[in-house]
Amino acid sequence: MDLYEYQARDLFEQYGVPVLPGIVADTAEEVRAAAEKLGGVVVVKAQVKTGGRGKAGGVKVAKNPDEAFEAAQAILGLDIKGHVVKRVMVAGGARIAQEFYFSVLLDRANRSYLSLTSVEGGMEIEQLAVEKPEALARIEVDPIAGIDAAKAREIAVAANFPAELVDKVADVFVKLYEVYKGEDATLVEVNPLILDEDGNVIALDGKVTLDENAEFRHAGHALLEDKDAADPLEAAAKALDLNYVKLDGEVGIIGNGAGLVMSTLDVVAYAGENHGGVKPANFLDIGGGASAEVMANGLGIILGDPQVKSVFVNVFGGITACDQVAKGIVGALAELGSTANKPLVVRLDGNNVVEGRRILEEAAHPLVTLAENMDQGADKAAELANAA
Amino acid sequence: MTIFLNKDSKVIVQGITGGEGSKHTARMLAAGTQVVGGVNARKAGTTVLHTDAAGNAVELPVFASVAEAIAATGADVSIAFVPPAFTKDAVVEAIDAAIPLLVIITEGVPVQDSAEFWAYAKEKGDATRIIGPNCPGIISPGEALVGITPANITGKGPIGLVSKSGTLTYQMMYELRDLGFSTAIGIGGDPIIGTTHIDALAAFEADPETKAIVMIGEIGGDAEERAADFIKANVTKPVVGYVAGFTAPEGKTMGHAGAIVSGSAGTAQAKKEALEAAGVKVGKTPSETAQLLREVYAAL
Repeated sequence: MDLYEYQARDLFEQYGVPVLPGIVADTAEEVRAAAEKLGGVVVVKAQVKTGGRGKAGGVKVAKNPDEAFEAAQAILGLDIKGHVVKRVMVAGGARIAQEFYFSVLLDRANRSYLSLTSVEGGMEIEQLAVEKPEALARIEVDPIAGIDAAKAREIAVAANFPAELVDKVADVFVKLYEVYKGEDATLVEVNPLILDEDGNVIALDGKVTLDENAEFRHAGHALLEDKDAADPLEAAAKALDLNYVKLDGEVGIIGNGAGLVMSTLDVVAYAGENHGGVKPANFLDIGGGASAEVMANGLGIILGDPQVKSVFVNVFGGITACDQVAKGIVGALAELGSTANKPLVVRLDGNNVVEGRRILEEAAHPLVTLAENMDQGADKAAELANAA
Repeated sequence: MTIFLNKDSKVIVQGITGGEGSKHTARMLAAGTQVVGGVNARKAGTTVLHTDAAGNAVELPVFASVAEAIAATGADVSIAFVPPAFTKDAVVEAIDAAIPLLVIITEGVPVQDSAEFWAYAKEKGDATRIIGPNCPGIISPGEALVGITPANITGKGPIGLVSKSGTLTYQMMYELRDLGFSTAIGIGGDPIIGTTHIDALAAFEADPETKAIVMIGEIGGDAEERAADFIKANVTKPVVGYVAGFTAPEGKTMGHAGAIVSGSAGTAQAKKEALEAAGVKVGKTPSETAQLLREVYAAL
């Protein structure tokens, strides 16, 4: 889960990372009030989970509350790479002497952590990595030892911080690692980390990604979730504990196991090339040990999507028993009654397949077609979606 | 021959008394696996009753620790069915006992826990091969199953399979049920896993009975690209590949924590191109991949 800048700022503050005061606001009036409260020069910053805000006009400096009001009017509602700005943060102004970059993140390839640090902050890190790779210090961080004071100094020295700044930035690196570790993050990034004209090191912006698998030990993380931004179908699926992602095609997809469902999306998209270009409408993984109830819940979500014209259920029963899947389909169709009005293509193989097929054949529901295999099922579902 | 697991492997189950542990202990025994006991500190000294492949009742002892279980049974493989919050401790215990092979089925392990136990395993001299977490485990058909893969999809044969995904492993075994498998390994879809595609490829390359290899990948990370480099330099046996997630949108997690595309790296297209550049034939669908494998196998 990616956090908004203001959420990252709040976390930083909790861990003693130096940040500027910041007040969140959803209207231009609130921005004016926030600017009055902060006093002096403020910066109005769009809160969106994408980069390049500054270039898109999402960050504006305001010398007084009226200017802040105007800035907010310009920023709120702005579309930045498909993200509409609904909220801004009004932050205190900083007199920047120098800009740096620091991040600590998961390093998948080395099964470890990595810190990236540069004395040339401010520019996009991807650009820096390409244009001036020598200016970016990449230091592995041992997941057990972490970043202690000595490691932090090693990082600062490797990134060519001037000697008089090493201890100062190292102290901030240690605290940022405490955020990473303490919050089960997979990324903590500060760009820019600045030195102001008074000699203070301050985290001026923050990106934090939290590990959703670790939510069980962080009661507060659920509150950071962006409930408004989620698609209503995604929100409904989440409430039912379903692993669902809304896409923009016409063929509803239900399968078991993330890999098989991803593969099913691809196979349906290929089949769609022969049937008017129809595409998958969603990703829905009912999981390894799917019960009849989970199947019914999933079907309910998919049939509730007005864009869906046909549904492809693709299950390979490993732990999941095909008879349970079949019962779930029959039960869901009975429960939905006349609101179930889209054709279903069902492919079952694996555990208890004979019984599963028998249940569906016996029920002989007019909307259900049994497929022989994955390719044929995908083709049939695409054909039905195109014909609808 | 097989890789990592064979009929002589002696297996213990961490979490043998839990719901999943119990269910899969029964299935592993039915598949012919020599399950010799289990671990649950709170139930140490008790036994659990199961039935082996021949239909005989077996009474499996429950031990207080992996070390005790090894000392008493000579176990050389452990499989962990423990909840995410306790997985790291279970893995550390297995590493401390220097068990040669540990399979972690658990889904939802915090990635920092995985990073820590991996670092710990290395610190302890890499004595334990870890498969997973969030994986279906490993099966050497006709010999042993340590995992949750259905044992009856197909039998022993000349193909080696390595995959991030569980159900795609089953699907591919089913597609190639006419040929059969030496060993099929599901390495798991998490961002940090123990055994990698490369580890499995190296082992299949060294195994005289594996004649051809299927490698299944999916979006996210660069494991497939690195595997492609490895294949080019080190693998002489034919490898056929499949990558899932061509239609996955950027920035969305598709179930596996690792399956997220960000930017241009990690896309299915990039992985396919990297594999093809290494001489690996890549199928567009599981069935086409199976067909490609049959063709390269027939040409051997």
